Order: sequence, then C-alpha cells, then structure tokens
Amino acid sequence: MDRVLSVEQLNASYRKNKVLDNVSFEVLPGTLTAIVGPNGAGKSTLLKAILDLHPRLSGVVSCFGSPYAQVKSRIGYVPQRGSVDWDFPTNALDVVMMGLYGKIGWLKWPKRKHRELALAALEEMGLGNYADRQISQLSGGQQQRVFLARALVQDADLYFLDEPLAGVDAATEKVIMDTLNTLKNKGRTVMVVHHDLQTVEEYFDHVLMLNRTVIAHGKTADTFNQANIMRTYGGSLRWMGDRLG
Amino acid sequence: MMILSANTQWVLLSTMMLGMAAGVVGCFAYWKRQSLMSDALSHAALPGVVAGFAVLGTKSLPFMLGGAALSALLGALFIQWIRTSSRVKEDAAMGIVLSVFFGLGIMLLTLANRLPGGQQSGLDSFIFGQSASMVRQDVYTMLGVTLLVLIVTLVAWKEWKLFLFDPQFGGGLGLSGRVMNLLYMVLLVLVIVIGIQAAGVILMAALLIMPGVSARYWTHSYGGMIGLAALFGGASGAVGTLVSASGNGWPTGPFIVLTASVLFVISLTLGTSKGLLVMLLQHRAQRAALTKQHTHPAHETVERGG
Repeated sequence: MDRVLSVEQLNASYRKNKVLDNVSFEVLPGTLTAIVGPNGAGKSTLLKAILDLHPRLSGVVSCFGSPYAQVKSRIGYVPQRGSVDWDFPTNALDVVMMGLYGKIGWLKWPKRKHRELALAALEEMGLGNYADRQISQLSGGQQQRVFLARALVQDADLYFLDEPLAGVDAATEKVIMDTLNTLKNKGRTVMVVHHDLQTVEEYFDHVLMLNRTVIAHGKTADTFNQANIMRTYGGSLRWMGDRLG
Repeated sequence: MMILSANTQWVLLSTMMLGMAAGVVGCFAYWKRQSLMSDALSHAALPGVVAGFAVLGTKSLPFMLGGAALSALLGALFIQWIRTSSRVKEDAAMGIVLSVFFGLGIMLLTLANRLPGGQQSGLDSFIFGQSASMVRQDVYTMLGVTLLVLIVTLVAWKEWKLFLFDPQFGGGLGLSGRVMNLLYMVLLVLVIVIGIQAAGVILMAALLIMPGVSARYWTHSYGGMIGLAALFGGASGAVGTLVSASGNGWPTGPFIVLTASVLFVISLTLGTSKGLLVMLLQHRAQRAALTKQHTHPAHETVERGG
C-alpha cells in the first residue's frame, strides 16, 4: 500500500534543546493514529516540523509521495485551541470559512457557496445555531468543534490534530471521535496528538509512541503495551501496570 | 464659525487620513499584541530624521522621512535580534530600543541645532508634531500612503484576518507568515513615518493604539472594528489639528492624543459590546432576574427590586 506520510531521519531543535532526534516513521492510508508521549516529548513540534511550521535541522518529509509544499491543499491541520486569542472579533462561521481560504484563492472574496459549505460543517458539529456567535462566547468544547469544522471544510486526505480532546467535556469528546472515525471510514488518514493513555486503545487503531525519538509505532493492539509505555514515559507511570499487566 | 485657510483645509484632510491609516494599522498591532512595538518604532524614527537633515544640511522631507523609515526599521531589527539571540524578553527589548534610539535622536538634534540653518530647520517639531509646518507636498505624501494602507488592507482582507487570528493555521494553508509579517512591518513603519511630522515621535504611538482599543468596545466584528478604528483615528486627527490650528504655534500631537483619549473614555464607559455601563446593566438585569426567581417560592421573602 502507498504511504500517505513518510518521515525520514527528522531532526528539530527548540532554542538550544534538541526536541526531535532522528524521527522516522510511515503512515498507511485510512488509519487513525494517536501520537502519545510525556510532556516535552516533541509531539506538537513533530506536527509543526512536518507542516513546515517549525524549522527542520534535517530530514525528509513526504506526503502522498511528494514534498509537503506540493500537496498542502490535501492536508488539514487543527492547532491547539490555546494557540489563538479567542477574544479576536469574529464569529464561528467566519472561523470555519478560514478552512476554505485555500480553495477560494488568495486575494479573492468568499462566495455564497463557501458560506453554505462552512455552515454545513458547523451543523455537522452540532453548532448550526451558533454561526453568528462571537467566538469568545463559545465554551471550550464548542471552540474545539469550530476548529474541527474548519478542518472538515478543507476536505483534506490527511489530517493532523493537536490535542483536540484536551479540556473538552464528554459530549464534545464523542462528537469529535465520531467525526474522526467517519473520516477514517471514508479512507482519510488522521493523526492525533493525544494525552489520555486510558482511551488510546478504545479510540485509535494505530499508535506512535514518542519521546524525542520514536519509541514504538504500529497497530495499537500490538504496540500499546506496558513495556513500550514504560520505555516512553520512563517508568513514571507505575499505576498503568495494574491495568495493562 | 472658524474660517479655514486653504492650507489648513489640506492639512486637516491629511491628518484625518493619517488618523484613519493609523487606526487600521493600529488594529493589526493590537491583535498581534504589539501595541508597544508601534511606540518603540516611532521613537526609533527620530535619529533617522535628524540624520536625514544632516546629510544635506537643509530641510528636505524625502531625506528626513527616508532616514526615519531606515532608523525605525533598524529599531525593529534590533528588537528582533535582541529577542532571538538573548534571554531578554520582547517587552524589555522594546524598552531598550525605544530609549536608546530616542536618546540618540535627542543628542543628534542638539548637535544639528548648532549647524548653520539648524535652528530654522523645524526639527524640534518632529518631537511633538506640528501640522502647521506641513506643505502641500507633505499632504500629497500622506494621502498617497494612507490610500496605499487602505488598499492593502482591503485587497488582502481575509488574508489579514487569517494571519492575525491564527498564523499557524494560515501557514498550513500556504499563507506565508514571513511575508505577512514583513508587509505588516512595512505598513506600520510607513504610517509612523508619515505621522511623525503631524503627531510627533513621542505621541504617534497613541494615534496607533487608541483608536483600535476604543473600537473594540463597540463591536465584535472584524470589519466593524477596523471601520470604527479608522473613524476614531480620522476624527482624532481632524479635531486635534483644528484645535492646534486655533492657537499660535500650538503643537498638534498632544491635541490629537487628547481627542483620541476622550473617544477612548467614551468607548470604555458607553461602548455597546464591552463598555462598563453595558456590563453593569447586564449584571443588574441578571441579579434582578435571580431575585425574581427567588421570590416566586412562597417561603422566600426577598422583596428587593433590583
């Protein structure tokens, strides 16, 4: 099967510290992968380095067999919710529309059909009634769903999500996971930075265990075991032993 | 009713346009959390103005404004360099650049005033602003730059919105953060450079910062905020100029800033979306509703009408 994403010998640093050390892995189409690892393991940096948002010291990233820059339009990205200022004067529909800017074309104005696409994506996220709502007046979970709607309208083949489940309530968590599964079932590929080890097995079919370098990567059933968790988190997660013995 | 000379009318038009451009670019700075940057860069323009004068030895606006642009950009580069190559944080870097460049400017100014022709150069007016010193040529320059700023803002409307709200996502879509940052910096320096003659290097920042901040109190929409900031900035420029023109040799900058601050206080208290009065009324209404809820059950005897 063709690789959707292939990362070879990726190195990246943040100031003086090396954050990613010879990271190499390949991702198959139609998979839903969790990227897990302790704080400072380089999970967010990995996404940003793949997306050219963080400088790479070395390494090759190719998506669909081409350099990332050539296939940008086929890739969707959901940054961490905390990475933007939600007091920015705009409404939910406007934020979702941003996902269409690539399709609309630079320096061109959106048309009615773009508005309708954005509205449909909001409705899919259960936020149809919130289109005109100022974004600071949305709850954390609603803001996360707005971000996801913005990624959905991109209609991408490969998605990267940075902690989409951080700080959201159970209802939003379900909506988001249902959406990601729908994408997967349509043959799209999804990679998610994830922090909750208890739900990895339930939610994801693949897992990439990262601590500056790839500790383990593969099907969740084969890979997500106590030995690999200990190697990734350095034994600081003794309590997991009871569950995963 | 004041009767204005033709020259004053032109000056009035240009300070109004300047205020509009400053209001719009000031919104960008506000959303980038770089309001202080505009202050640092206006101060950093002073040595360039004086150097531009000293090169020719006579007052030549293109040279002085060119010098202003160069030294403001140099200031921006210094801030960037201090921030990335040392542990000094951005606000401290701005403070350093602001004071060092301004100090250097004042020193050069003292020297320039001793040059032949230095006393009559009108260099001092760049500190607090003197719109009366402007000639027709300056007015054309200001109009041109203002139009450029407004056109760049309108043409790249959604690109600015994306860049200001979520540059990372924009980068993922292929919108170069580096290009947008450069464009933003160029617009900011352009507005500062055309503004220092009328508003002065010390007070120029207020014209960049206050209209945007005031506008935020009235609206939750991006276009609304930009439009209102342009309106507030334009009004500040025009009213400030009118007041300063009514006295002999009164500086313009302080009156522009005072007008902008009056608009700010009005916005802060009466603003319809975040103003203090609206918040107070909403809070009262909520309390009244709560009291009403509590009085409904028979055992509750709260009788206070909010």
